Amino acid sequence: MARVWYRLGPILTVVIAIFVLWYAGTVALNAPWAHDKAKRAGVELSFSELVSDTMSQQKPKLPAPHQVGQEIWKTTGAMVAKGRAFSKRSLLYHSMVTLSSTLLGFALGTALGIALAVGIVYNRTMDMSVMPWVIASQTIPILAIAPMIIVVLNAIGISGLLPKAVISMYLSFFPVVVGMVKGLRSPDHMQLDQMKTWFATRGQEFWKLRLPSSMPYLFTSLKIAMAASLVGAIVGELPTGAVAGLGARLLAGSYYGQTIQIWSALITAAALAAALVGLIGLIQTMVLKRMGMVR
Amino acid sequence: MTSEPVISAKNLSLTFQTNDGPVHALKDVTLDIEKGDFVSFIGPSGCGKTTLLRVMADLEKPTAGEITVNGVSPEEARKARAYGYVFQHAGLYPWRTIGGNIRLPLEIMGISKADQDAAVQEVLELVHLDGFERKFPWQLSGGMQQRASIARALAFHADILLMDEPFGALDEIVRDHLNEQVLELWARTNKTIGFVTHSIPEAVYLSTKIVVMSPRPGRITDVIESPLPKERPLDIRDSPEFIEIAHRVRDGLRAGHEDDA
Repeated sequence: MARVWYRLGPILTVVIAIFVLWYAGTVALNAPWAHDKAKRAGVELSFSELVSDTMSQQKPKLPAPHQVGQEIWKTTGAMVAKGRAFSKRSLLYHSMVTLSSTLLGFALGTALGIALAVGIVYNRTMDMSVMPWVIASQTIPILAIAPMIIVVLNAIGISGLLPKAVISMYLSFFPVVVGMVKGLRSPDHMQLDQMKTWFATRGQEFWKLRLPSSMPYLFTSLKIAMAASLVGAIVGELPTGAVAGLGARLLAGSYYGQTIQIWSALITAAALAAALVGLIGLIQTMVLKRMGMVR
Repeated sequence: MTSEPVISAKNLSLTFQTNDGPVHALKDVTLDIEKGDFVSFIGPSGCGKTTLLRVMADLEKPTAGEITVNGVSPEEARKARAYGYVFQHAGLYPWRTIGGNIRLPLEIMGISKADQDAAVQEVLELVHLDGFERKFPWQLSGGMQQRASIARALAFHADILLMDEPFGALDEIVRDHLNEQVLELWARTNKTIGFVTHSIPEAVYLSTKIVVMSPRPGRITDVIESPLPKERPLDIRDSPEFIEIAHRVRDGLRAGHEDDA
């Protein structure tokens, strides 16, 4: 029990601190509007009236945590209870839309990243020519290039899931390239010399030494890539006209000033990212333990 | 034991081009190693002893002179898998078991599964690690890991075993023990062994031939044929012959250093 507290204690402390700050912020940021209303109605607000008003506004500057919680429940659990888990008003439906392009983009980005890394490690020309472009690609703001990708792909008849996945890929391949180049180069001189004494082919050197050696680097990259993929998927949903997905919820929320809806979509996206990254972390621990790379 | 030498170097030189100008790692090295010899290379760091071993293994190319291994160039010998090479660090793959690590070169060489199994059993027994096939490297001590790496170098039955300070990172007690085992292994397999060390007792205890080297430029200052018998208990190190050879090695090392002073 003491050990559980030892691990949970710091996390809980931070969570509590966030809630305290959040509630304080709610009162502070929503108070002007509450005063405004009271002034027009010609009443004087007591402190407790002020506090309760700041936490129950329809379109608050900053919704209170429990308002966001209620909204999330209304659009997830409550809808499941009504048997309409995947109706268009359900956050589960929107999460699934975003999740599918996140995962597809993540898979594409990982594949592209590994392929580029192999090329960079094994081909001197690629090493000299590709890496600067890979880095340059990430200096372009994704918000600027996302609509272009959608428009260009649309022009050649590709729409729907793939354009969003391509934007995810654009963000997620980068950490994989960087991590895998480092990982594939992680075997030291001695290990490479050893392969040479056995007259190993480059393929054998890759499959038996370089690839297994790169696993710790790969998993670290995958965690970053997964989070980047989710961001990419959400950004990709913005210029598509906000039909479906967490990005669409964010956009619709901002059109109509539905701050509670925006925050509930944000929290859902964060929870989704945490779950996905946590899942990779779990697989990482299992794989590396089996490979004897962590003890 | 009348045939050609297994390794023959003639006027071998190797110069590295560095930013600080050329470094003469080896200069005019001439040496023959006969079949079944146990040759130690000893000298201070920078004397080229490791470089010489690496040239034999085709891990470095000489810039002048000639060298043959099994009568052919080091490169051809390497491609014919003529030697096993043991590095200073065991370098076992953590994701492979001990058996899997020993199997690694055999897999690379395309040896059949049945032959792999037989070879693994044979070499594990040679280094006294029978029963450890399924253990992972981290479950073994440093000395045991180095024995496993020697087993791996022996697994494909090369006639030459090249060892680059294999016990340099181990403590003295483990080292004594492994030295005995290497001698036993050498007696049983009749391999030709090249052994780099910076320990005088280790060189004298193990070798039939001690090559004393000195730095700047890396060259051979003395070659001592050991009169010690093939059978060597550890306490042979207290015998007058042993001490005499050790003296001669020390003198050779000192002579190499006088040029610097």
